[in-house]
Amino acid sequence: MLDHKLLEVHNLKKYYPVTGGLFSQHLGDVRAVDDVSFDIKEGEALGLVGESGCGKSTLGRTILRLEEPTEGQIIYRKTDITRLNQRELRGLRQEMQMIFQDPQSFLDPRMTVGQSIGEALLIHGVRDDKEREQRVIEILERVGLEGQQGLRYPHEFSSGQRQRIGIGRALILNPKLIIADEPVSALDVSIQAQILNLMLDLREEFGLTYLFIAHDLSVIKYVSQRVAVMYLGKIVELASRDEIFQNTRHPYTEALLSAIPGITQKKKTRIILPGSVPSPINPPAGCRFHTRCHRVLPLCHQEEPNLRDIGNEHLVACHLYRG
Amino acid sequence: MEKAILSVRNLKTYFFTQRGTIKAVDGIDFDLLPSECLCLVGESGCGKTVTALSILGLIDSPPGRIVAGEVVYHDVNLLKSSREQVRQIRGKEIAMIFQDAQSALNPVLTIGDQIAEQIKLHLKFSRREAKERTVSLLKEVGIPSPAEAADYYPHQLSGGMKQRAMIAMSLSCDPQILIADEPTTAVDVTIKAQILDIFRRLKETRQMSLLFITHELGVVSEIGDRMVVMYAGRLAETATVAELLGNPRHPYTVGLINCLPDMTQGNDRLQSIPGTVPSLIEPTNGCLFHPRCDKALAICRRQKEPSVLVNQGHSVFCHLYSPAETSQPC
Repeated sequence: MLDHKLLEVHNLKKYYPVTGGLFSQHLGDVRAVDDVSFDIKEGEALGLVGESGCGKSTLGRTILRLEEPTEGQIIYRKTDITRLNQRELRGLRQEMQMIFQDPQSFLDPRMTVGQSIGEALLIHGVRDDKEREQRVIEILERVGLEGQQGLRYPHEFSSGQRQRIGIGRALILNPKLIIADEPVSALDVSIQAQILNLMLDLREEFGLTYLFIAHDLSVIKYVSQRVAVMYLGKIVELASRDEIFQNTRHPYTEALLSAIPGITQKKKTRIILPGSVPSPINPPAGCRFHTRCHRVLPLCHQEEPNLRDIGNEHLVACHLYRG
Repeated sequence: MEKAILSVRNLKTYFFTQRGTIKAVDGIDFDLLPSECLCLVGESGCGKTVTALSILGLIDSPPGRIVAGEVVYHDVNLLKSSREQVRQIRGKEIAMIFQDAQSALNPVLTIGDQIAEQIKLHLKFSRREAKERTVSLLKEVGIPSPAEAADYYPHQLSGGMKQRAMIAMSLSCDPQILIADEPTTAVDVTIKAQILDIFRRLKETRQMSLLFITHELGVVSEIGDRMVVMYAGRLAETATVAELLGNPRHPYTVGLINCLPDMTQGNDRLQSIPGTVPSLIEPTNGCLFHPRCDKALAICRRQKEPSVLVNQGHSVFCHLYSPAETSQPC
């Protein structure tokens, strides 16, 4: 595995303006992604975990420029893609593909599955019908379906099969980077395991790099080499998988880990966070997590902690670890 | 064994559609004991929710119909009772919490009004008494400043708060049985921990039986006393939670447990159950799980699975454990 960076994100911000009043004044911003920096090495799987509304999906979409970033840089193979125009982007999009949560909603119900998968090839210049058909059949077989099934419509498939189709459609252009946004959260456990195994196999076979977005830490643990934890638009902890799970530092990550109901007999002490996630329009001053934190310090109310390396490439944004 | 507060016997709920008869629940039996938490576990489409709705007489007819079986509550078969009798019990003695609090709450009434409505109807409380009780219920489920919260409309509450309001509503008439249908599924992990904590407290403070429907084995091990595993409208296995999770027998239960990513261990490959849940319109003969089962015997294709008692209170619906079966792989 090469140790160079496929994707670097520097100080990325995505704000959505909130307007109101008679003349639609600018009242504030939803700070969905607020000053996020990280990188992904080639061939690596980075897990991004957080609760709903923490900005993890917006981050994924902004990286592909499906949302226009408000500020910051996204550098893909030394190219700053925030500066590219739509045409230049299209060339790059071949290499960066997305897998969505709900396969029901991204497949056109009036197109056969084969057409849906082949459409991307057509857009990217594969005009020969025979060649397109051949490649669609290959990819369907590779994701565990039969080539013949390309002639069917989305409603004829189960949700697990539809997710396989979604994966196939992402892979047809031979991408380098896959952004998977909650690919298994809508699936039953027995199917979830099938899809996760498939994604791991494909990563090896095609040398893919994953940004794997999920809210389920056990899924994240299974697929990622490094894990980033997001809370209210910020990354609060980022480290290798073993560091995050065995040497958990941030109180929010601690709480997330303890909240997972496990089936092992050993009962752990559970940290129950009070309240719910505050509004990203008006995030709390100081550390954004201080309103729910069980280890809060007086300093946390005033000063926002920065993400800093506490050794072993373990980054954490928390005043408890100021050294 | 204690006398059950609710017994379901050979319940069969079918849906008659143009494409054929869907056997959503096909002959299941279980008992709910006083003050226990019984978990009903299975994947989507296995008939968990239909079972709950059948108990309460809430199956839409047409297309659905309960074609056979009994639901015995305090020596009365609810399926043979009049609508009026069932209405007296439903919401008062047997209450239900639905998965999606957003769609179960009425958007144009405040949550206080919605909770008070039941109290006035079933307990014949005055408006003022009902209001007081509503506030104390909201307090019991951990809603901050309950008096103000009663005047909120559902859209003003977060997902976790809505689920709490639903729980408060279900508790309003001190039910003997609470049926909770996936109450932790649509919420975030930290909120899920809060909701489970409420249920755990309710179990301790109230003398109430809980029928808890979920697809998550983790949740079961947190809250359940006994559990029933369902597959494709039939029972697969039933036992105490500790026994079943520690010593699963049915190949399906074993598969379900193995395909969970384990937080305590490293990154081995996940085991998965091949294939998908069968169509309930034209089920296969014999055991419904056999096409996905790695231990299937010849007999599994031909003959319906028997119920085998493998241990005290631990039943498995599988040919593998039938003493008469000469093991002969198919």
